[in-house]
Amino acid sequence: METIVTNRAAGLGVTWWSNAAQLVRNRYFWLVVPATVTLLLAFAWPVLGFLLKAFTDPFNGLHNFNEVFSNFIYGAVLWNTVVISFVTTFLSLLLGYPLAYTIAQASPRVRRLLIFAVLVPFWTSILVRTFAWMVLLQPSGLINDILIGLGLLLEPLDMLFNRTGLLIGMVQIQLPLMVFPLYTVMSKIDKQYVSAAANLGASPVTAFRRVYLPLSMPGVFTGSMLVFVTCLGYFITPALLGGHRDVVVAQLIHEQVTELGSWGIPAVLAIILLLSTLFIFGIVRLFQRREKKL
Amino acid sequence: MILSSSLQALKYQFTQNGWSWLRWLLCYTVILYLIAPLIIVVIISFSSGYYLTFPPPGFSFQWYENILDPKWMDTLWISVLVMVPTSIIATALGLATALGLARSDIPGTTFIRALLISPLVVPVIITAAALYGTFRSWGIHGTVGGLILAHIILTIPYALSTITASLGMVDARLEDAAANLGASPWTVFRKITFPLVMPGVLSSFLFSLVISFDELIVSLFISTPLVRPVTVQMWSNIRGDVDPTIAALASMLFVFALLILLLESLFGKKEQSQDASAS
Repeated sequence: METIVTNRAAGLGVTWWSNAAQLVRNRYFWLVVPATVTLLLAFAWPVLGFLLKAFTDPFNGLHNFNEVFSNFIYGAVLWNTVVISFVTTFLSLLLGYPLAYTIAQASPRVRRLLIFAVLVPFWTSILVRTFAWMVLLQPSGLINDILIGLGLLLEPLDMLFNRTGLLIGMVQIQLPLMVFPLYTVMSKIDKQYVSAAANLGASPVTAFRRVYLPLSMPGVFTGSMLVFVTCLGYFITPALLGGHRDVVVAQLIHEQVTELGSWGIPAVLAIILLLSTLFIFGIVRLFQRREKKL
Repeated sequence: MILSSSLQALKYQFTQNGWSWLRWLLCYTVILYLIAPLIIVVIISFSSGYYLTFPPPGFSFQWYENILDPKWMDTLWISVLVMVPTSIIATALGLATALGLARSDIPGTTFIRALLISPLVVPVIITAAALYGTFRSWGIHGTVGGLILAHIILTIPYALSTITASLGMVDARLEDAAANLGASPWTVFRKITFPLVMPGVLSSFLFSLVISFDELIVSLFISTPLVRPVTVQMWSNIRGDVDPTIAALASMLFVFALLILLLESLFGKKEQSQDASAS
């Protein structure tokens, strides 16, 4: 009797309610709850709160966006970030492609060794890798010593605290991220395509350019996007290896939040950073879905 | 005709070899570029000199002795105090969630998965700034608990994806069979599911250890001079005067990651050979 009444009263609500009741009885549901609640409360909520400060701090309105888009300092820092990320991506591709190719062609034994050699730096702290470059690139460091020893230089080259040092460090840190997607795609390319092209009279260069390269393009694409996106948010390496002209967005966010205690401008920068990241990941997802369909 | 074609074959062979020779040279140079800096830091950490010069003038443990200073030992202790609970909790949460999502069709699965992976997608600097603000208002800024919570968030994506992958290889019919034979859900988990996903659980645990131990950016925002993990202390020292003690600590971090990676690949191999013998 009572259920009939509630049924009539609630109408559609009943299905929602019975669904919810079913869910609560489902023990798998309770397995998912702890992590989901943790992430909602201690991650999604703080991040959303931070981003919203772009519109509310110190007072409501779009003035923070106005400031970022009109003050040339922010423009310069955003431009720096994009240029450093772009050059790092390009150089990583230049070095990563032949490496991934060699790994894909190598015998299983050598292959495992090479992959391990790429995995080791990948799992080593970025701080440690950056510190290593500070040691190597300093005026009395090994690289200057070698270059002077070989007679290529007369006096030490300034490679620390400028763009050169920053790029040397960034590329080394990002290379594994480029090599893994490249290798994944290359290891699936059927070698017989290339030998077929060669049998049909194509020179190795032509066979590579017309057959292998196009087939490896998905890896090039994914790797480049991944490296580019990761570079955009970089903080440790630019702060330690770069000079005062190489300030990037992440450094600005850090300084404004922890040293100046201002939230509006960093939140605008965070929104720009996050939107570009999501946009690029979105393209990658779309591309991968299309690849799968083909 | 025969001559010209054999000449062509010879030329092909030569260019092929020339190219592959060049390729291997480049490949090893790149590997050197990836690995050498790390090896050099390890070598320098045993230097008897007072500066970070290479080659070092002699061998000594002096920089490792410096680590015994309370200033460093305290920060190392904080790192351990954060890293161990983080890895245990993140792995447990990852296992529970992976199981819940894989074995049922509760609504919002896509959303939950996306939410749990999102700390990997959102640039860490944004997470760090956001947690700094929130943790200060919650009063857990600069506490071990706060660091653990932050590190759990950062390690959950790895825990979830490793264990999900490992669970994907477990035949769900084994669980059904055990349940049909009268095993309680807990018994099924304990006797069937858990042993089968053990490799994933283990690598999730090991990788969480490394991620937490190496973490700098979020810790930098939410730690204070009183509660400070070793990486944050290294960071503030690097920015002051460069002290070879950092080389010793960096070597420790590197060797730790290397050991974990070796351990993980050892277990991974064991899993593979088990698969091979099973099939």
